[in-house]
Amino acid sequence: MGSATEYNRRDLFKRAAAITVLAAGSSSLLAACAGGTGSSDKGTKAAGGYNLSDAKNPFGVKDADGLEVFIFDGGYGNEYAKAFEAIYSKQFPGAKINHQADKDVTGKLQPRFNAGSPPDVIDDSGAKQMKLDVLADSNQLTDLAPLLDAPYIDDPSKKIRDVLMPGTIDSGTVKGKVYNLSYVYTVFGWWYSGKLFKDNGWTAPKTWAEFITLCEQIKAKGIAPVAHQGKYPYYINVVMMDMIAKQGGLDLMKRIDSLDAAAWDDPAVKTVLDAFYQIVDKDFLLPGTNGMTHTESQTAWNQYKAAFIPSGSWLENEQLPTTPADFDMKFLPMPSLPGDKLPFEAIRAGAGEPFIVPSKAKNVAGGLEFLRMMLTKEASGKFAQTANSLTCLKDGVGPEVQLKPGTASTVVALKAAGDKTFNFQYPNTASKFDEDLQNASGELMAKRITPAEWIKRAKESATKNKTA
Amino acid sequence: MRHGKYPFIVGFLFLPIVLYVGLVLWPYLQTFGYSLTNWSGASQEMDFIGLDNYTRLLDDEVFAGALWHNLLLLILLPVVTILIALFFAFMLNVGGKGGTGGVQGVKGAPFYKVVFFFPQVLSIAILAVLWGAVYRTDQSGLANGILIKLGLATVNDPVQWLSDPDLVMWCVLAVLVWSGVGFYLVLFSAAMQGIPKDIYEAALLDGAKRGQTFFKITLPLLWETVQTAWVYLAIVAMDAFALVSSITPGAYFGGGPDHHSELISTYLMRSFLRNGEAGYACAMGVVIFFFTLILTIVSLWATKRDKIEY
Repeated sequence: MGSATEYNRRDLFKRAAAITVLAAGSSSLLAACAGGTGSSDKGTKAAGGYNLSDAKNPFGVKDADGLEVFIFDGGYGNEYAKAFEAIYSKQFPGAKINHQADKDVTGKLQPRFNAGSPPDVIDDSGAKQMKLDVLADSNQLTDLAPLLDAPYIDDPSKKIRDVLMPGTIDSGTVKGKVYNLSYVYTVFGWWYSGKLFKDNGWTAPKTWAEFITLCEQIKAKGIAPVAHQGKYPYYINVVMMDMIAKQGGLDLMKRIDSLDAAAWDDPAVKTVLDAFYQIVDKDFLLPGTNGMTHTESQTAWNQYKAAFIPSGSWLENEQLPTTPADFDMKFLPMPSLPGDKLPFEAIRAGAGEPFIVPSKAKNVAGGLEFLRMMLTKEASGKFAQTANSLTCLKDGVGPEVQLKPGTASTVVALKAAGDKTFNFQYPNTASKFDEDLQNASGELMAKRITPAEWIKRAKESATKNKTA
Repeated sequence: MRHGKYPFIVGFLFLPIVLYVGLVLWPYLQTFGYSLTNWSGASQEMDFIGLDNYTRLLDDEVFAGALWHNLLLLILLPVVTILIALFFAFMLNVGGKGGTGGVQGVKGAPFYKVVFFFPQVLSIAILAVLWGAVYRTDQSGLANGILIKLGLATVNDPVQWLSDPDLVMWCVLAVLVWSGVGFYLVLFSAAMQGIPKDIYEAALLDGAKRGQTFFKITLPLLWETVQTAWVYLAIVAMDAFALVSSITPGAYFGGGPDHHSELISTYLMRSFLRNGEAGYACAMGVVIFFFTLILTIVSLWATKRDKIEY
C-alpha cells in the first residue's frame, strides 16, 4: 500500500527510473507519432443537459458506460482511487472500470489527448503533469460548474460548492472557469522540530524580527538556521511570495496573478525583499543548501543540521522514513513584517492534486459523477487513511482518524487562519512566469543578484508573459 | 539487363523503405509542418503562423545561450574524449616497453581495458545518481569531502559544482568524457589491432620512439576510425539531453542554475511539455536538425584523407 511512500513530486532521478506499469490503450500507440489524427470535436455538453435536482444521478450516467480512471502514482499512491472505484461500482454495477496509474502523466496522456480519446477522469499531477492552462487553452477540459451545483451526496440539501474548503474553487479556476477539482488540501510555511526547539528553550517566532533574532541564536549554537531545497528554487520562492502576499494584501496578490507589471513597483515588494534578504546576507543558510535536492536538504534538516525548512504539508508524509521518532514536526506560518495587511495566522492554503474530466472523454457524465463521489465523508476518510493527508471536503475527516504531529499542527494552523487563507494562481496559469521567478529566486539565494535585481527580473517577466 | 531484376530488388527493399519513410522521414516532415504553427501540444487546434517561431528564436536569449552551450560541448567533447581515448588505446596496445618480444601494451592492459570500459555499461540513471553524490554541494559530497580534507575548501564554503553557473558546464563535460572514453578506447584498440605488427617492428628497428610511432604510424592508419568517432561524439554533444536534464538544477528537465546549463534539447522539451509551446519547440528541433546535418557534412569533408591500404 502506498501510504508510506515518499512524496516524489520533484524527484528527477526516480522519475527517470519509473517506467511503465500499465499498457496504455492501443490508441495511444497509434497516436504516438506527434499529433496523430484527432477526431472531430464532439463539443462540451451544455450544463442544461443535466438534471441537477436529481440527487441520485444528476449527470444522467448510463450504467452500461465504462469508466477509465488515470491516477498520478506519486506520494499518495493509487490505492485510494481503488476505494473510490468500489464506491462507483456499487452505484453503477454495470460499468466496467479501467484503472490506470503512472508517474509520467504527460508521457502517457499527451498522445491520447491529441488523438481525441483521453480517459474519463485524470489525476493530473506530479513532475510530468500536463499543464492545466495549456489544456484549458486547447478546449480539452470539461467545465465543472455543473458538478459544483450538483447535490452533495451525504446531505442532498447542500450543493457541492457549499461543502468545499476555502480556495478549492479558486485553485480549480483557469481563465475564469472551473476546470479541475483540486482534491488534496495543503498548507505552506516553515517547518521545525519541536524537540530541537524545546531542548534549546527556543520559541517559535511570530514576527520577522523575532525570526531573525532567533536565527542568530541558532547560529550561535552551531546549527544552521535555515535550509532550503536549493536545486529546485520553487520552495524558497513560496516563502518570498507568501511574505509579499501578507505585506501587500490580497489585492497585490491578484495583481501579481494577472501579470500586472506595475504590481512589482508596489512598496510592499521591496519591503519584503529587503527583509527576506537578511537570511542570505547574514549567512543563515546551511552550507551547500543552494545546490541540494529536496531529499538531501530535508534529510539534513531531519538530522538537526538546520532549524527551519520551507515546504508544503506533504513534507511529513515525504520524510516518514528519515524522521526520528521524537522529532515532533511542527508547522509555522510565515512570520509577520511591520505593516502587514494580513495577520500572522494567514497562510497559503490550497487544494492541490487536480482531478480533471477531459471534454473529449467518452463518459463525461461518469467522470463528473466519480468526482462527486470523491466528495463524500466515506471517500475523504478513505483518502486520509491511505494517503495520510486532508482533502478539500470541509470536515471531511472524522475524529476517528489519527494524525501525525506535523499534520496535527497544520490542522491547528488552519483553524487559527479561519478564512484568512490565500493562494497564488500564477503557477497554474502562467508557467513561464513561474519558471522565471524561481530562477531569479535561486540566483538571489546564491547571492548572485540583489533584491533590486530580483524585482526587476520579476517585472520584466510579467511584462513579457502578459498575453492579451 | 536481365528480366525481373528490379522487381526482385524492390521486393527486398520494400519493407525497410516503408519503415524508414514512416518512422523517420514522415515525423521529420511533420516537425517541419508543426514548426510553422502555434500548436500547444495538447490538442489538434492550431493556426498557421508562418515563420514567426523562427523569428522569435532569433531574439530568444535563452535559446542563444543554449546554442552556445551546445557549441561548447561540440568543440570540447570530441577533442578531449578522442585525445584521452587515443592515448590510453596506444598505451594499452603498443605503448609497452619494446622488449625482445616486439610490440605490446603496458603491463595489465586487458585489466585496464575492462576498467575503462566500465562507465560505458552504466545507464544514464545510474550515472546521474553516482555523479549526484560526487557533486553534492555540502561536505557530504565526494568531491567536496576530498577538497575539504585537503584544505582546498571549507565546510562553510563548499564548492557549488552543478549549482555554480561558472562550473556547471565543465562538470557536465567531465561526466560526458568520463563515460565516453571507455567506448572509444575499445574502438581505437580494435582498429589498432588491425594494423599489421610488422609496420611497428620495422619502425622499432629503425629506432623510432613511442611518440614517433604514434604520430607517424598509429594516427595516420587510424584516421578513419577517429573520423567516425568525431561524428558520433558531435551527435552526443548536440544532444546530451538525458544527462543534463537529470543532474542539473531546475525542476523541469534541468538546465539550471538560471539557464546556465541549458541545451537546445532541454529547452525544447520544457517548451514542448511544460510551457505548451509545441510549435515553438518544433522550430528548435528543426534548427538542431540542420545544425547537426551541416556539422556532419563539414566534419566529414574537413577530415577527408586518402585511404591507406594495408
